[in-house]
Amino acid sequence: MGILEAVLLTIATAATPLLIAAMGELVTERSGVLNLGVEGMMIMGAVTGFAVASSTGSAWLGMAAAIIAGMAFSLLFGFLTLTLVTNQVATGLALTLLGLGFSGMLGEGFVGRPGVKLGNIDIPVLSDLPVVGKLVFGQDPIFYISILLTAGVAWFLFYSRAGLTLRSVGDSHRSAHALGIKVIRIRYLAVMFGGACSGLAGAHLSLVYVPQWVEGMTAGRGWIALALVVFASWRPWRVLAGAYLFGAVSIGQLHAQALGFGIPSQLLSSLPYLATIVVLVLISRNRRLTVMNTPASLGQPFVPDR
Amino acid sequence: MRIELIKRPQHSALFSALSPFIAFALTLAAGGILFAILGKSPLAALYSYFIEPLTEIWSLHELAVKATPLILIAVGLSVCFQSNNWNIGAEGQFIVGAITGSIMPVLLPDFQFWFVLPLILIFGFAGGAAYGSVPAFLKVRFNTNEILSSLMLVYVAQLFLDWLVRGPWRNPEGFNFPETRQFHSFAILPEILPASGRAHWGFVFALLAALVLWFLLSRTMKGFEVKLIGQSPRAGAFAGFSDKRMIYFAFLVSGGLAGLAGISEVSGAIGQLRPVISPGYGFTAIIVAFLGRLNPLGIVAAGLVLALSYLGGEAAQISLGVSDKTARVFQGLLLFFVLACDTLIHYRIRLGTAQKPEGTA
Repeated sequence: MGILEAVLLTIATAATPLLIAAMGELVTERSGVLNLGVEGMMIMGAVTGFAVASSTGSAWLGMAAAIIAGMAFSLLFGFLTLTLVTNQVATGLALTLLGLGFSGMLGEGFVGRPGVKLGNIDIPVLSDLPVVGKLVFGQDPIFYISILLTAGVAWFLFYSRAGLTLRSVGDSHRSAHALGIKVIRIRYLAVMFGGACSGLAGAHLSLVYVPQWVEGMTAGRGWIALALVVFASWRPWRVLAGAYLFGAVSIGQLHAQALGFGIPSQLLSSLPYLATIVVLVLISRNRRLTVMNTPASLGQPFVPDR
Repeated sequence: MRIELIKRPQHSALFSALSPFIAFALTLAAGGILFAILGKSPLAALYSYFIEPLTEIWSLHELAVKATPLILIAVGLSVCFQSNNWNIGAEGQFIVGAITGSIMPVLLPDFQFWFVLPLILIFGFAGGAAYGSVPAFLKVRFNTNEILSSLMLVYVAQLFLDWLVRGPWRNPEGFNFPETRQFHSFAILPEILPASGRAHWGFVFALLAALVLWFLLSRTMKGFEVKLIGQSPRAGAFAGFSDKRMIYFAFLVSGGLAGLAGISEVSGAIGQLRPVISPGYGFTAIIVAFLGRLNPLGIVAAGLVLALSYLGGEAAQISLGVSDKTARVFQGLLLFFVLACDTLIHYRIRLGTAQKPEGTA
């Protein structure tokens, strides 16, 4: 395997959790709900996935548990913001703070324990192709899921009736409600989908990327995923492009650290965060584009009148 | 069962006052259940969490030490949140304030005069305000989401501090430990009652800041402007208030107070810079702000409660062997319950069984 191939492979590994978490949040936001708790749901997925995998020895069970944990955690957010119409920004922050605290407590006994890695799956024949073989067809299962997820969400949102309904709820919940669409129910489903994706993204961190449990291991990835959704102006394939761009930045800085160059490692480590800000500025300075693409009801509470 | 919200004609003054207390009671109940699951006696655990730290003089001092940064930061955040500016990067502004405040004692250790202390406090405030002005500028100029930009700057500040104390600012006589030199005595924020404990003058600053901002928010035109722009930017514009100037105002005040909190912590409680100087005060302060119902005087009480949860975490770890990480679970739960209880202020809640025959709910 050449050096370029190796680098590209690690970029895909770094991009996958960002892609999955951002894809889930994209669907949530398309339904008009802003869930800032991605970081919290992600780390709950990471700790649950690791704990279940290392207790049962099965990484697959860990992955399933992570998805369930993310979804359960998102229901907490859903209950508050949708049923009790609390402020979505504050509640999302609460979810992140609770997730970071709760995961630290749950994971305490698992620090330093050997992890169970979710093995790579080589797709027969295709994985033997030169150059792209290992890169695209010899990856971990969550990588395949992330690509299928992107295609699935893109199809669902723009080519299915249910996707149209979901977008209508996000763009004008009053009109959708008047048409007899169950706004709250659709939003619950969208929030749970986002939670499941965040949980899976967390599982990728603790079962594939690091295979260990480290407190606070998401390290702001949930927030970067939130930024990616804005960057992608709520479009699935652009999220994919953005996630790989960020994967490239974070892997690039790791390689630069290894090579030295005399640049302080801390400066290099801060690059993904600085890049997030730069990208956000570049996207949001075009007000017309932002206004056109943002779901019109994003973050607005909705109380159905009966 | 379905839960239905019925809008109150007016917001309920009763629940407005009660909701933080209900939330706290619910958090205690949830905490008791949590301890029961962990196999500890809930009452003993809650006692060592919330009562034990209050029984000794020295730990009351520790309470003030921990409450100082929480109150200072949260009071600033109340201006932000009331004006609908979501500064969640106070942790970063805290760190930068600590760094800029440390410039003089670290780089000019022989410059020892009485006016060093006021200067480093001003430097700390200015540093935090400057760092807070970055997301404000990006929001005003480029319409950039301040939640994400202010949060990203937290990570940048943490890494910058890490670089400073391991690199250029490392104590030359410090055996290679990642620390700066100790502050000289003219740069140390003195203790209020040195005979009985560690509480330093930062706590007085926190109380003063709360009083000043309470007056500003509830008794002046500026306070009206903050609330009006927060509740309806359009109405604010008709009243001739500038949304953009408010963004700068909110971020400068909250960033500055977070910076002051940072330098107070370093100069009053730690005495030098280290790679990590905060157990997440900037984030916990968000909880403090909401528990205090965004009212500076309420925030003083809320800051003491949250500070108690830090101390209680340590106490429970020693006396019962439960992890001090339960403290952060408590803090997170508390915010959830506060937000949920706030619903009662604006809505009545009707519980009922599904009436529709299809059973849709």
